[in-house]
Amino acid sequence: MSHHKVEVSNLHFSYPDGHQAIRGMSFTIFHGESVGVIGANGAGKSTLLMLLMGILFPDSGEILVGDTRLTKKTLPMIRQRLGMVFQDPDDQLFMTTVGDDVAFGPRNYQLDEAEVESRVIEALTQVGIPHLKDRAPFKLSGGEKRAAAIATVLSMRPDILIMDEPTSFLDPQSRRRVMGLLKSFEHTKIITSHDLDMVLETCRRVIVIKDGLVAADGPAGEILKNQPLLDGCGLEMPLSLQSCPNCGASKYEVE
Amino acid sequence: MHMADALISPAVGGAMLAVTAGMAAYSAKKISGDMDEKKIPLMGVMGAFVFAAQMINFTIPATGSSGHLGGGMLLAILLGPYAGFLTMASILLIQALFFGDGGLLAYGCNVFNLGFYTCFIAYPLIYKWFTHRGLTSKNIFWGATISALIALQLGAFSVVLETLASGRTELPFASFVLLMQPIHLAIGLVEGLVTAAVVAFVWKARPEVLEKAAAGEAMGNISIKKVLTGLVVAVVIVGGALSWFASSSPDGLEWSMERIAGTAELEAPAGIHQALSDLQSKTAFMPDYGFKASEEEIVEAAAAEEAAGTWPAVDAGTSVAGLVGGALTLIMAALIGYVISLSKKKGSRAAA
Amino acid sequence: MNDALHNIRIWDDLARRQNAVNNLHPLVKLLTTIFYLIVVVSFGRYEISSLLPLIFYPVVIFSLAELPLGEVLKRIAWAMPFVIGIGIFNPVFDHQTVELLGFTISRGWLTFISILIKCVLTVAAGILLVATTGMERLGAALRMIRVPRVFVLQLLLTYRYISVLGNELARMLRAYSLRAPGQKGIKREAWGSLTGSLLLRSFDRAQRVYAAMCLRGFAGEYNSGAMAKIGAGDLGFLAGWSTFFIMARLYDWPLWLGSLLTGVF
Ligand SMILES: Nc1ncnc2c1ncn2[C@@H]1O[C@H](COP(=O)(O)OP(=O)(O)OP(=O)(O)O)[C@@H](O)[C@H]1O
Ligand SMILES: [Mg+2]
Repeated sequence: MSHHKVEVSNLHFSYPDGHQAIRGMSFTIFHGESVGVIGANGAGKSTLLMLLMGILFPDSGEILVGDTRLTKKTLPMIRQRLGMVFQDPDDQLFMTTVGDDVAFGPRNYQLDEAEVESRVIEALTQVGIPHLKDRAPFKLSGGEKRAAAIATVLSMRPDILIMDEPTSFLDPQSRRRVMGLLKSFEHTKIITSHDLDMVLETCRRVIVIKDGLVAADGPAGEILKNQPLLDGCGLEMPLSLQSCPNCGASKYEVE
Repeated sequence: MHMADALISPAVGGAMLAVTAGMAAYSAKKISGDMDEKKIPLMGVMGAFVFAAQMINFTIPATGSSGHLGGGMLLAILLGPYAGFLTMASILLIQALFFGDGGLLAYGCNVFNLGFYTCFIAYPLIYKWFTHRGLTSKNIFWGATISALIALQLGAFSVVLETLASGRTELPFASFVLLMQPIHLAIGLVEGLVTAAVVAFVWKARPEVLEKAAAGEAMGNISIKKVLTGLVVAVVIVGGALSWFASSSPDGLEWSMERIAGTAELEAPAGIHQALSDLQSKTAFMPDYGFKASEEEIVEAAAAEEAAGTWPAVDAGTSVAGLVGGALTLIMAALIGYVISLSKKKGSRAAA
Repeated sequence: MNDALHNIRIWDDLARRQNAVNNLHPLVKLLTTIFYLIVVVSFGRYEISSLLPLIFYPVVIFSLAELPLGEVLKRIAWAMPFVIGIGIFNPVFDHQTVELLGFTISRGWLTFISILIKCVLTVAAGILLVATTGMERLGAALRMIRVPRVFVLQLLLTYRYISVLGNELARMLRAYSLRAPGQKGIKREAWGSLTGSLLLRSFDRAQRVYAAMCLRGFAGEYNSGAMAKIGAGDLGFLAGWSTFFIMARLYDWPLWLGSLLTGVF
């Protein structure tokens, strides 16, 4: 099933003001993988995601989704297969009701209204908020907003889910719930976050980014235990992997 | 200075709605035609921005008072005339619906007064003239201030014309103008200075925002000819509608004016009403719904009639009848409302 | 500030409930409201008693929809100042007197009262429309009368982001007032920077929203979902009220009623 593969090779990008945000990145993500992309503030994570989605276009290098190269022409087709959840759900919930928001994508792809309706219900049920269908987005809690934002993407039935900081601004319970959701998805997943405990729980593989470059790429358990690497990239070991200051024991033993 | 429904006549409201609907349709076509769909979310969010910005209290130096932003000019500068006009129109619609600021019938008047002059007159003719040789702080300052000021003066003058054409107030033209224009000079000055300050800030912090607005505009160069043509068309439509209306009802614009608080004579309808009025005139000791008018009153009424031409005799009898009937109507309305609420409450209690 | 946001929320909440009026077709309510407004506004300036029967419409809708009286009255009061400001000149300029119940009153007051009644009726009708319909269904109704998609989508977006940007502004103002204690408004030096920062944030947000829309297949077209069909009940509502409005416009019922009574007694 190579068509769910995402291949990035020698990617470069600089913002109009001349700032070089991505300076030659290469990696391949295979079908079914869950990959955490981590790095300090300003490392280039969000920029990378926007390049993957074709919101920004690289100066050089290329992105392949399946066997299709991402260009302006292939964009509509590729976007149907990638679903991105934004960091701020208010950017993603732009309609006046949750239901209309979830239906926005399917309607744009000209599905008939019965199919749209069934997809809306399915997506909302998947994230556990079917009862909020007729609610206005401004009346949702942070966690509900996040779930609704995820549903807007799920209703398009993407092969690959891309999420920017899915657990930011959430209270512990909502964070738990979102993490449970993430784990339940079978999709190929690319998740950026500063919440390394969440990354440890939901991702098998981690890519560390520093100053627009890939600093490390490997199994989550190994990288997140690598204190010197994390320090060098402005990160900190997940709490659950830090040994207890009192007894020296670690909470998790990662195989 | 939102026009209210209560101050306009259907003819004026309708004509202005038709004119602004035409402009909005043309603007919408312009935007979809230019494939400028990127502008749509920008317009939406900027509309919300202006809404929020209208709530900021700007203290006016040395006066102790404060002013607010209208935002029409700012939208024109940031989005260009067509997108700016549509955005202003949607702000005004939300205000009319949710805040009772101007009504749905007066909506056309308000879009015209606050959107047309800013986007299609002041922006292309004044702001562009100041800034066509390049954006500098000085150009921006004078361009934004003066265009906002003039747009508001024009808008205020329109309020005067629309109100007078509607004939719902007694304000003489001269007094009305003398009342409106100076007030809006002060309001316009605040509007202009705030607009200038904001545009200048944006230009310093993120020049590309303004440049994009100016460049992405397939509309930056509205020609004067086009504007004037549009204006003439608008005048013809409004004038035509008004004169049609005036000629189609015998008393001109104020076709129903003589139907005063105590209408002299009900237009005698056939059937039941006729029968009832027959019955009434038989039983009434005051024929023709009226007390005997005092001589004084008749003289006065005659004088008034001469003066106004349309003012018919008022007699106390119909007034009393009007008052009693009016009070009864209100009581009945209240009663009906009360009964419905009561049954509703019972219903919901029964359901619970 | 918070008041404005509160307003939007409260009408939105009310419109989402299920009741006879809310469940009517939005287009029918829109048309009825517009017809009502035309009728109210078409009354001449000297009419008072003949205007009164029109109050039945807002009262009945208000009661059927179980709206909070206080909120509706507050909204009406809010809209009055401008109308009073212009209307108050009528008594000033029109001194012709009329005798009423033995009192002599200036005709200007009559026209002023007529304007006030119209103001109450028209504002009430508008508020009842939103409070029983809500913005998104009004948007759908606008689409049905062929208002351009661009406009409707942009209208809905503006409505949606008022609360987001309003909250953003509230945070900025709080930060400002903490550093400028005892200041009533925003002083001149900060006019541009405060408003401008909010503007730039809004601008960035617009770009993110646009990106979010594009990622879900947006290409300039706004596809609202299927709209409910107009039913017999809806048509009945429209026809019934229209007939009532026309009757109220043609005949001065209160006067007739009053003269019948004053005649009898
Ligand atoms: N629109 C822009 N114009 C210019 N530079 C930008 C722009 N957006 C981001 N940058 C710069 O690009 C770099 C990478 O930003 P990016 O948003 O990708 O970081 P990030 O890893 O997502 O950070 P965070 O963890 O804070 O979200 C930063 O140095 C940032 O300042
Ligand atoms: Mg980021």
